Formats: sequence, C-alpha cells, structure tokens
Amino acid sequence: MATLAAEKPVATAPAPEAVVVRFAGDSGDGMQLTGGQFTLSTALAGNDLATFPDFPAEIRAPQGTLFGVSAFQINFGSTEIDTAGDAPDVLIAMNPAALKVNLAALKPGGLIIADTGEFSKRNLDKAKYDSNPLEDGSLAKWDVLAFDISALTMESVKPFGLGNKEALRCKNMWTLGLALWMFDRDRQPLIDWLKAKFAKAPTIADANIAALNAGHAYGETAELAGPLKKLHLEAYPQPAGLYRTITGAEAVSLGLVAGAQLANLPMFFGGYPITPASAILHHLARLKEFGVTTFQAEDEIAAICSAIGASYAGQLGVTSSSGPGIALKGEAMGLAIMTELPLVIVNSQRGGPSTGLPTKTEQSDLYQAVYGRNGDAPMPVIAARSPADAFDCAIEACRIAVQYMTPVMLLTDGYIANAAEPWKVPDPASYEPFPVTFLTGKNATDEDGNEKLLPFARDEKGARPWIKPGTPGLMHRIGGIEKNPGTGNIDYSPASHQLMTDARKAKVDGVAQGVPPQDVTLGNTTGKLAVVGWGSTYGPIHQAVRRARAKGLDVSQIHVRHVWPLPANLGDLLKGFDNILVPEMNTGQFKTVLRDQLLVDARPLTKTSGQPFQIAELEEAIAAYFDGVPDNEGGEVDANSQQLPSPETVNP
Amino acid sequence: MNDMTPITTTLKDWETDQEVRWCPGCGDYAILKAVQRTLPQLGADPKNTVFVSGIGCSSRFPYYVESYGFHTIHGRAPAFATGIKLANPELDVWMVTGDGDGLSIGGNHLMHVLRRNVNLQIMLFNNEIYGLTKGQYSPTSREGTLSPSTPLGSVDRPANPCAFALGVGARFVARGFDVSKNLPDVLKAAHAHQGAAFVEIFQNCIVYNKDVFNDFAAPKGGEERQLWLQDGQPLLFANGTKGISLNRDKCCLEVVDVVDGDWEAAGVALHDVKNRALAHMLVEMPFGAFPMALGVIYDDPRPTFESAVIAQNAKASEGKVADLAKLLAKGQTWTVEASDADHI
Repeated sequence: MATLAAEKPVATAPAPEAVVVRFAGDSGDGMQLTGGQFTLSTALAGNDLATFPDFPAEIRAPQGTLFGVSAFQINFGSTEIDTAGDAPDVLIAMNPAALKVNLAALKPGGLIIADTGEFSKRNLDKAKYDSNPLEDGSLAKWDVLAFDISALTMESVKPFGLGNKEALRCKNMWTLGLALWMFDRDRQPLIDWLKAKFAKAPTIADANIAALNAGHAYGETAELAGPLKKLHLEAYPQPAGLYRTITGAEAVSLGLVAGAQLANLPMFFGGYPITPASAILHHLARLKEFGVTTFQAEDEIAAICSAIGASYAGQLGVTSSSGPGIALKGEAMGLAIMTELPLVIVNSQRGGPSTGLPTKTEQSDLYQAVYGRNGDAPMPVIAARSPADAFDCAIEACRIAVQYMTPVMLLTDGYIANAAEPWKVPDPASYEPFPVTFLTGKNATDEDGNEKLLPFARDEKGARPWIKPGTPGLMHRIGGIEKNPGTGNIDYSPASHQLMTDARKAKVDGVAQGVPPQDVTLGNTTGKLAVVGWGSTYGPIHQAVRRARAKGLDVSQIHVRHVWPLPANLGDLLKGFDNILVPEMNTGQFKTVLRDQLLVDARPLTKTSGQPFQIAELEEAIAAYFDGVPDNEGGEVDANSQQLPSPETVNP
Repeated sequence: MNDMTPITTTLKDWETDQEVRWCPGCGDYAILKAVQRTLPQLGADPKNTVFVSGIGCSSRFPYYVESYGFHTIHGRAPAFATGIKLANPELDVWMVTGDGDGLSIGGNHLMHVLRRNVNLQIMLFNNEIYGLTKGQYSPTSREGTLSPSTPLGSVDRPANPCAFALGVGARFVARGFDVSKNLPDVLKAAHAHQGAAFVEIFQNCIVYNKDVFNDFAAPKGGEERQLWLQDGQPLLFANGTKGISLNRDKCCLEVVDVVDGDWEAAGVALHDVKNRALAHMLVEMPFGAFPMALGVIYDDPRPTFESAVIAQNAKASEGKVADLAKLLAKGQTWTVEASDADHI
C-alpha cells in the first residue's frame, strides 16, 4: 500500500497537480448539470480535465434508492490530464444512497461533503443503512463535512417565494457554489449561463443565482476549522485557440460528418439501438442539413445491409453498434469485403461475451474486428485513443473506406463514448479533402479494340472503381459469390479464387503504406521498455509512463491507431526495445496480433473488470521491469473497482 | 436526377451474356422470360433498373438481367433494397426472393420492407422447398412434406405468403405462377403501384417438389381452379360456371354455382382491390374447396417510406446552412489566448 499511503489527502495538500471530484446524488438532483457546469468553470480556469458521467441504468429509478444514484466525476489539474482519475479526492453526496454507492471509490483521507437534510430515517432505509453513517463513526478514514444543504438552500431562495419542491431543486446550484469557492473559481460565467438558461423564468434564474452565491458565501464565511480549505490549481498551459468539451460519441458523429464532406458524399447511417453506441445515431439524426440520412433499422443486420445498399447506390454508408450487434453484422461485412464497397463500421466496445457488461468498458472485440469473419476477409481496423481523437479517427475511417473501396472498422469503447475532455475545435479546412470519383464510362478495351467495362479492374491502390446504378452503359452485377478478377461475373475457378483472395489481401495490406509511420508518444525510440497500447488505454498509459520517466526510468509509450494493418515501421521500432508491455482491457488480444504479425516478445498486462486501468496499476507494472533502480519502490496496488462512478457496482 | 422518360427496349436488351444455370425445366426460366418481356412494355431503362436478391435458386435472377444487379446475402435483400431506395429513390428496384429466403431467414426484413412501404417490386418465388441446398422442406411446405430433413414428413404448419404480407401492412398483394400467360400483367400492376408491391409467384421445382401446384397450374385442367381477379369484376371461375359470394351472416366466402352466366342471381361478389377485408378472405380461402385467387388481390397505395424520409430531411434542413466549422464549435466554448506559456 506504499503508493496509496504516499498520496496525501487533498485538504492538506498545498498544491496538488490534480484533483478528482465526484458529484453524486439522486437522478432528480441535477448532478449531470452540476458536473457539466463545474467542468466549464474548470476549463475557463485553464485547468486540463477529463470527465465521466454515470446515469442509472434504470429508466425511471425511484427517488432515494441505490439504483437511482446519478454521478459525475471530473479529474482536473495544472498538469496534463488524460483520465477521469484513479480515485476521487472529494465526494459530494446529496443523499445516503449516493454516499453508499460511491464511498468505496473514495481515496483514504479523502473529503466527503454530505447534505444532512437528506439523511432522514426514510432515506437511510432506502439506502439500506442500519444507522446514520454520518454519526456512527463508520466514515472515520475520511474527512467528513456534513451540514444541512437542503435547509441552507431553502433559506437562500426564500425571497423568491418558490414552492418547497422548486426551492429544493436549487440545491445543486448551492452545492456548485460551494465547489466553486473550494477551487477558487469565478462565479460570473455560471451566473451568465443561468440567466440565459432561464431567460423566460427570471425568478427561477434569480433563485438559482442566489443559491449559487449562498453556497459560495458559505465556504467563504463559515468558520470551518474542519477539512474545507480553499485550493487553487494553476492553469495548465494549452495551445491558443477555441475549445469545447466533447464526448467520444459526439466526436465520432462529427468526424463522420466531416469525413463525408471531405469525400464529397452524402452520408447514410443505418443503426439499431444498443448501449453504448446509440448516442451516435441520436447525434446524427439531428444533422440532416449536412446531407445525413439516418435509418433506424429493424435489427443490426438490416442496419449494416441498408448501409451497404446506400454505398452501392453512391452514398457513404455507415453503421454502428457494440459487440453483440457487431457479431450479427459479420456476414454482411463479408459481403462488403467481397463486393468491395466502402463502409464505415463503428464499434463502441463494451464488456462481453454475449450481453456481458452493456454499460461498462472493455477492449475485447479486437479479435472480432480483425479476425471475426468467415473466409479470408481482411478489413482495416483503426482505434480511437480518446474522445477528441475519435474525431480524427472517424475521418481516417472514411478516407480509407472510399480510397480503398473497403469496409473499415473504427473501434471506440464505453469509456471513450461517454467520457468528455477539452477539445481544441479544429478548422475543417485544415483537413485534406479526398473527393470520390465515380466511374462514368467504360474502363477497358477488348482484343478488338472495343470499349468494355471491368467492374473489378484495380487502381494503384488495388481498389476497384465505384459505379453508381443510374450510370448509362455501366450495367453490371455484383454479389457475394467469388467472381472473375476483371468482369466480376460469377467465377469460382481455382485460379480466380486464388487471384481474388490475394488481391483483397494485398489491397488491405497496402493501407499500411498510406498511413504515417508509427511514432513514439513519449520517450526514446529505443530502450529498455516500450509500453504499447491501443484505444482508450492511452490516458492511463500516458500518465504512468510520464511518471516513470520522471523517476528516471527508461520507458517509452507507443500508442497504435492503425490496429490492422499495422504501420509498416512498427516491427522495426519495437525491435529497438528490450521489453514490450501491452496493457489492454481484455485477455491479451493486441499482444497476439503483435506477436503474430511482428514476431516480437510482447507481454500482456490485462484487465477485464469493466473499469479502465488506474495509472497506479500501470506504474507498478512498469516498475517491475526496473527492479533495483533507486527511487523505484514498486509495491502492490489495489485495483479500485469503483474508479468510475457506477451505481451497478453495488447494485448489479 | 435520373431521366425517367420511357425508353424503347426489346426482350433481348434485358438478357445478359451469362449462361443461365437453373435446372432444365425449372419454373424460374418462365419467370425470367416473363420479366424480360414485361420490362420493355413498362418502358423501363436498364441503367435505372436494379435487381436485388438474397440467396437461393431464385436469387440468381439478377445475373441474368441486363441492368444493375446486386446478389446479396441470405434473407437480407429487403434491407439492401431499402438502403438503395433511400440513397437514390429514382432507381427502379425489383427484389427477388424465395419462400426460404423471404419467409424463413429473411421473414423479419420482409415484414419491415412491407410495413415501411418502400417503393419497389417484390417477387417471392414460392416453390415450397429449399432447392439450392438440395430439397429440405421450407416454411411454405405443406404438412407431411417428405424431405431429407423431414424423412417422416414435416409436422409444422406452412406460412401463407400473401396472408403474411397483408398482415404486416402491405398495400399491394398479388399472385401469379411461373408459366401463366397473365404473369406480365400482374408484374405491370405491381410496377404501377407506388409503394412496396408484393407478388407471390408459384414456381415449379421440378427436381425436389415437382408439380405441387398442378391442381391449379397444370396447362390442362388447372384453369378450372384459377380465380383471376379483376377490380370491379365478379369473382367468377371455372369458365364462369362458378363464383364466390359473401355469406353476410357467417361473414365468410362461399362457392356458388352460376347458371346461364347470371352471376348476379347467384349472388357473386364483385372484386374491390381497395377492400382489405375481402383481400384477407381471398388469400385465406382453403384451396380445394375453393379456387386459387390469382392476379391483383389488393392495391391501395399510401405514401412511400422514402418520400416521407426525404420530405422530413428537407424540412429539417430548411433554412439551415451546412457549416461544419460552426457545427464543430457548437455549445459552450472557451478561448485560450496565446501566451509565452504556449510552448506545447
């Protein structure tokens, strides 16, 4: 426990690099809104940040119950922040259920702020507490600041003559006011926001502002000898520009819209509701003016088949799902590979197999993405490493799909889909367009010099022409049966199948030639240890490697976007390291790909708890390669099973 | 927009250079010819015509029609066709499926393409057997069908394709059979219908399920049991000697004798293609005691799916500029000013 003991509780730390705060309350308490506004205030203060929301899985959870708890976690600091945090330093619990569900996650010595007004017998019963934890000494290993936020809120909004219920709804703003005081924030942007939000109900706006001010004043004036201290985190210098926060699901949606524009194509999105992928369908359904048609199909299979149909007819077909739905789409992916039509398939991975952990994150669909189809069915696979990175990855998926006439899978996961981080809003003009050209006339000549059509003639990339139905003189038939390498007519002769299998493989292998060489994110290009990751492990790996390097350890971070085919230089790069460690949220799938493709001794570090890696876990794994190095204490790390807010952890 | 002006073609223009690979004597040949004969009569343009199919004997169809063609995967043709029509509603899409492809593995998709009312023609070749996989019983096989997978006879009750189509909300339902001289007229009516037009075509599988439709489809003698429907015309069959009347007390159809052609006296009902209840009764008539209802059973158009989608997309886009830069910067934003610290 050496590592944990070394962490100092926030209240006594003079200036920590970063702080993790979790807001938790009943789903009716407005915790997501509070978190969102605290996030904006954090961004305006110049801190770097990452957030993770958690909503109850139940659609209408009864008030005050354990499964009705809604939480929002933010990690922010004066240094680069890449994860939502290993464990909260501060837990704001608006009722007993929120305390119970989130307590186990809190760092030892961390601060609990609780609303005693909600700790009634009735609410304690609902949260299955036998006695009041605020009074029975069970919270001894944390600092507790408990007071009647409900009553203080009521008091502060009295002049506005609101009903009881409406007055209590201002509690979240009161709490936000206190949080703003704690972290030395400017209230004005929040006041402006409230005025704009409630422009049509100025009394409500004024009441909320009064509650916000009262919460702020409470921190400022109350003689709190206890744990509450004001804490100022310096700004983290970021490149100049316009910023917003973005979730992975938003970034994928926007990236697809941008990708379709760069390809100069209308987009067709066929989807079917599934957690955590549905958000992409929801976002795109509101972007019709960008030439987007969304289609909620009758099932996952129809979703991908309709998208392939749209691609066949000349639009950019896109479909999206999560593991179980991707499994259903497998046969249709094979058809897109066989008919060589462009298609983007987004897989927001979740824990599996089968229904698995629908709301939790995992990276266990890599084998499915790379190997999971019948026949030799090669398909490019790329993986986003963070919410913001998902934007560029979506554009990249569109580019590969149309330039190589192939389906492409873009992997994200439950963490990326839901987490938010600051995003420097890019200038669309800074992306190189890749406009599509459809074939408009015959593309070959026969022995007699007559023009003829070869739908499966290939360009320098190995791609066949894209021919839209409706084009005069280019009528032809395509299908899933093996075909003649030129005409595309049914042909399952031995020579044709050999040629076509080779051509499909060569085309997808060739994608590696058109992508940037693999870089080293952090550290040297040779050395003792390379930590190689893909997808959403980027954040914790980055922080762990950064800290290890600060200790003087010779470790580098290599993070791979192009999972299939691998960048052409990756093998040579990895051979420059004595050791290769591959942390992933599965049982070692990318490790297998690296060993298979590059013949390197990649070692797995696996985790399948539905929670992301903690930075400390990775630091420990890195440290094991450097035994005997001074200042490298190593030691065991207890994985925090509730690192991210989740009511289901206690109430599955 | 594609030019939809009717153009002049001949049957030959709709033939491909591909060798047709159905078994000699297969009913599919007759259907292919009927389609190739019909297309010129419709003024169809090969460049705007797309044949989409699933998997099975019938689904080889697109390879033999000189138009655009997409031979997809088992049961999913309706989903591909829906994507094609949404992407380019100007294309004239014909879907080809079978009783296994359309009602077994693809039953779900067939339901939804019909209920959504995508504007296309669906030809379901019903031979009551799996031909391409060598003769297993299908969802339309009659009880007791002997097949490699049911050596003791099938025990499950068959599905009725037209009853299924009506049940899921199809706005056009028709029937024909492979060698019928009326098939082109049925196909023309299907094509004229704006919306999903469902045509069940009884097709003789001479290898695995030979002559199962002979009771009404045999060139000689079958005609007696064919009830060819014409909108507004009396429901007469057997050369006008018999008719169908509606028993209002029992709310069911009855076969009545027509003496001296006086169908009115016999109480023979008139066909009404917009009468959904009548359509249900006609497709449910048990064959044997009743004739086989053929021709256009139901035809009552509603706005198509793709026209509704396009109208909604257009309305949602009205007055909006597709400014990507603006979209990316939407929501709450903040600006980081350039400074000396800006070294990253």
